[in-house]
Amino acid sequence: MLTIDEVIKLAKLARISLTEAEVGRFQKDLAAILDYIDELKKVDTTGLDPVSQVTGLVNVQRDDRAKVADNHKQIFSQAPEMKDGYYKVKAIL
Amino acid sequence: MALEFLSLTELRKLLDSKKVSSVELAKHFLSRIKNNGGNSYITVCEDGALKQAGDADAFINSPGDNPLLCGIPYAAKDLFCTDGVRTTAASKILDQYLPPYNSTVINKLNGQKSVLLGKTNLDQFAHGSSGETSAYGATKNPWDETRMPGGSSSGSCAAVAAGLASWATATETGGSIRVPAALTGVSGWKPTYGRVSRYGVIAMASSLDSIGAVAHSVEDLARLAEVFSGRDEKDSTTGHQGVPAYAADLDADLEGVKVGVPKQYFIDGMNPGVKARVMESIKELEKLGAVIVDVDLPNTKYGSLVYAIVCPSEVASNLARYDGIRYGHVTSDAKDLLQVYEKSRAEGFGNEAKRRILTGTYVLSAGYADEYYKKAQRVRGLIVREFAEVFKQVDVLACPTTADVAPKLGHAADDPLFGYVTDQLNIPGSLAGLPALSIPCGFAKPADDDVELPVGLQIIGPQWGEQKILNVGYAYQQATDWHKRHPRAAE
Repeated sequence: MLTIDEVIKLAKLARISLTEAEVGRFQKDLAAILDYIDELKKVDTTGLDPVSQVTGLVNVQRDDRAKVADNHKQIFSQAPEMKDGYYKVKAIL
Repeated sequence: MALEFLSLTELRKLLDSKKVSSVELAKHFLSRIKNNGGNSYITVCEDGALKQAGDADAFINSPGDNPLLCGIPYAAKDLFCTDGVRTTAASKILDQYLPPYNSTVINKLNGQKSVLLGKTNLDQFAHGSSGETSAYGATKNPWDETRMPGGSSSGSCAAVAAGLASWATATETGGSIRVPAALTGVSGWKPTYGRVSRYGVIAMASSLDSIGAVAHSVEDLARLAEVFSGRDEKDSTTGHQGVPAYAADLDADLEGVKVGVPKQYFIDGMNPGVKARVMESIKELEKLGAVIVDVDLPNTKYGSLVYAIVCPSEVASNLARYDGIRYGHVTSDAKDLLQVYEKSRAEGFGNEAKRRILTGTYVLSAGYADEYYKKAQRVRGLIVREFAEVFKQVDVLACPTTADVAPKLGHAADDPLFGYVTDQLNIPGSLAGLPALSIPCGFAKPADDDVELPVGLQIIGPQWGEQKILNVGYAYQQATDWHKRHPRAAE
């Protein structure tokens, strides 16, 4: 089972703040999931390549052509905060 | 005449002969939704639907042929971006999101002058197999409102089953079309990976996501498959294969068609009624001329384990974009940028999304990626190869869609393994990118009550083998009428 500190570190990496109760719950849930998938380790996969694309496409490319988009206003209307045509974000430091 | 359960061709005839108008149809469905929606819709587009229906009527009244779907009301799973129409993914983080564009499928449907009735409920971000992880409450199964419709395309399937739309768009990553189609007694199509563009559909696990549909019959699905399918420059994973005339080529003659029955899909502890219905339907296929062949897929048991690693990994990556800056929910309680991220995401994501993000982050993190993610991808290769071998012997596979009928609402509760178990008969095919159908094949009783609930027959084909599965499903529906049964509550 992951330690409480390890769960907190994961949440940091994933940029999600968790309550104390959530840390405890996800510690238990992750233990159940890791226990569940443990059986995979027994499968012999020597000589097998990892598979992520199943229909055989490789490096699909298209022409790098600029297109005019006329929906800037609509796109930016979804931002919680804008200033002078830019996304507004909090200070980083 | 029950307009709500007519096929696409029947509706086409009524509309073209002016026996009913698109506006009348839209009003009919809107009033049904108002009367008993069963929480299958998150957003109902009353004004938009009446406007689109009016436009469709004007088009129908002008000279020339009408496209198949012109004026026919449908519902879209609330994972499809719809220009200017609220799209939530059943999450709070996108509660007020108005997409600035349409997904490719919605564009195609608009091109045919279809009428969008509304956006249907789902498991939040399509994470789930019960419908219960929606931030807008669980969808009810119209056959028994105390039960779940399955997920994640819960609302789309429940809406079609209850006659709240003629058909609906749906999506699948590992069972999300087939499972709810089976549990609500409708016909569902999960396409070959890359057959249909995913552009503009909110991503879950990109190496698996497939866009499909649910309808009242396989014939309707064949027609929809023609509209949906094809290459899209905006989705580089779409295949270059041409789109056959699926509906015109439907062939109910199963003489000599080889149907494989994988014994691993009849699992220990499955509902005996479900097993009996599926065996009866395989007998029916044999009666229609099919040759039944027992086949072996021994790696089936690893499917859900692979999925339990691959899916959260890709989820963690895809959900990283929700940062509270460009769109979506933002916290009102942050001192700096890091807190904007951490708190917006904490407030906006539900429990299941958080659990998958954390699981994915863990199995992808330094030191564990080889042990988990790479290992899972290697076993995925085994599953792909195993299916390819079996499809050298048979044309399609026939088996149960699910091992049981619809469970009671609340049954999924917060079980972190619920979906992996529920979807175990669907996930292996998804990992191999295979097309599949789930079609109604009778009724069975759950262990906990004396009610009759729908059972799904699953038909799986080789990659790009849509025509084969559609033919088998069509033949079955020509010989049986299970797909014409409707819940009493819908009548």
